[in-house]
Amino acid sequence: MVWQNASRQRPPLTERRFLVIRFENVGHRYGMGPEILRDVSFHLPERSFQFLSGPSGAGKTTLLRLLFMSLKPTRGLITIFGKDRSKITRTELPLLRRNIGVVFQDFRLLDHLTTYENVALPLRVRGREESTYRGDVIELLKWVGLGERMHVLPPILSGGEKQRAAIARALIEQPRILLADEPTGNVDPQLARRLLRLLLELNRLGTAVVIATHDLGLMDQVDARRMVLSGGRLEIYD
Amino acid sequence: MTETTRLLKNLGARLSSSARGAVARKQMPIVPPDNVAGRAMVLVIAIMTFLSCLTLGAVTLVRDTAATWQTQIAREATIQIKPEEGLDMAAALTRARDIAAGYSGVIDASVVDAQATARLLEPWLGTGLDIESLPVPRLVIVTIDPMSRPDFAAMRAELEETVANATLDDHRTWVDRLVAMARTTVTIGMSALALMLSATALTVIFATRGAMAGNGHIIEVLHFVGAEAPFIASQFRRHFLLAGMKGAAAGGIGAILVFIGFYWWSSRNMATPEADQATALFGNFAIGPSGYIGVGAIVIVIAVLTAATTHVTVLSYLKNVDSTHPDSM
Repeated sequence: MVWQNASRQRPPLTERRFLVIRFENVGHRYGMGPEILRDVSFHLPERSFQFLSGPSGAGKTTLLRLLFMSLKPTRGLITIFGKDRSKITRTELPLLRRNIGVVFQDFRLLDHLTTYENVALPLRVRGREESTYRGDVIELLKWVGLGERMHVLPPILSGGEKQRAAIARALIEQPRILLADEPTGNVDPQLARRLLRLLLELNRLGTAVVIATHDLGLMDQVDARRMVLSGGRLEIYD
Repeated sequence: MTETTRLLKNLGARLSSSARGAVARKQMPIVPPDNVAGRAMVLVIAIMTFLSCLTLGAVTLVRDTAATWQTQIAREATIQIKPEEGLDMAAALTRARDIAAGYSGVIDASVVDAQATARLLEPWLGTGLDIESLPVPRLVIVTIDPMSRPDFAAMRAELEETVANATLDDHRTWVDRLVAMARTTVTIGMSALALMLSATALTVIFATRGAMAGNGHIIEVLHFVGAEAPFIASQFRRHFLLAGMKGAAAGGIGAILVFIGFYWWSSRNMATPEADQATALFGNFAIGPSGYIGVGAIVIVIAVLTAATTHVTVLSYLKNVDSTHPDSM
């Protein structure tokens, strides 16, 4: 079973943790506008769990986009999986992105595909035969509590179900790091706690997790590193 | 042990074969079936293909007809003998015919007899005409092998020397004017076709881009889940190639049906004054094999153009998705 194997294949937590991503004096501006991020430096070790917070417009989404290689920094150095971001070519990007799972704030599910097909999409686009991944997708859907909703189209799903489907899609390839943009922004507190448990469990199985959120209540539930953006600068509270 | 861990450990056991079988069905294509923009694109492609094929058919028709006129006129020459006091017209006609027939490149030479001449003049002079009592010029029709034309200069000189009042008209003036007219007509037609094809190409490009615009979110999602650009492009290219082929084939078939309809109409109305007029101008409305091949080529070119536009649009979208969309996450 993929998820159990995944936890066995990875080294125990006590072993030395490698850096997944490192930022050094990174700055970013859109066009000729003001600098959104200024001198941001931090590192994300393997299997780490952190919240990214800050007021609206502080640059959380920009930082997530830089982590996801959807943007290039206007200055500074970003190292992702040991590679200098500025030297990663366009053709290398998709291959590196397969190590990063992203949960979008607006889910980004394709409305004409069922929940099952949406979750299986990352495997399908790699040209894999459906028979090779069908069991894994069903298993993951059951794990996130969508076993009974796998043949339903996204417009029929509730906000929480969409969120879980988006998380499942981000996890199906067992990424080394998961980026979640306001994953609990559209759900009630009870479901938010359930989603948080899901992400913690995922982290326990070996995936580094970054959750961008405004929700102080959510952050208070976990004793994890907090990265706070304010005025384009980043403060880290370990 | 947490709830999720328990779930995780029991998953394998709980997976029944029926659950696996339940999803063993045909998956939806990644690019969704046609939406309103897609249907509009197919319709636009069908209309533009129809118009392009009609233009091509019309140009083919004019070109073939002009070539036919030219060949028909070039196949004949006329010897005209004007009447004169004391001229033995019958002997002059026979002499002129014999001279013409003696030249190599002349297939046949025949005198237009009195009855035939009277019929020619019937529209102006009425019936019951006694042609012998009028000073009407008489004709000898010389049929020529267009592949090996006779020496008209020598024939003209001999006729003028031997037969009184004989003149040879090799239709050169008419042929030259017809050739010029046919060339002009075909040039205008080809220019119209080039404009039509350019308009079609641009319309197809804009319609395809319009239909693609509604699929931007799909390209983005595929991109963000790690799909490589060639994979994304191939998915859209295949979809739009089929849509383009559907529209182009519908337009091409529509144009062919119009030509078949005209051909059928002209065949049914043969020997009526309207049909005679139309046939004189356009032949029998058959566009021939080259016309049908042209229609097929237009259909293929438009379908390929649709696919190529899709390919370029997807790649251009992917090029920009990582830099120009501040809200793309």
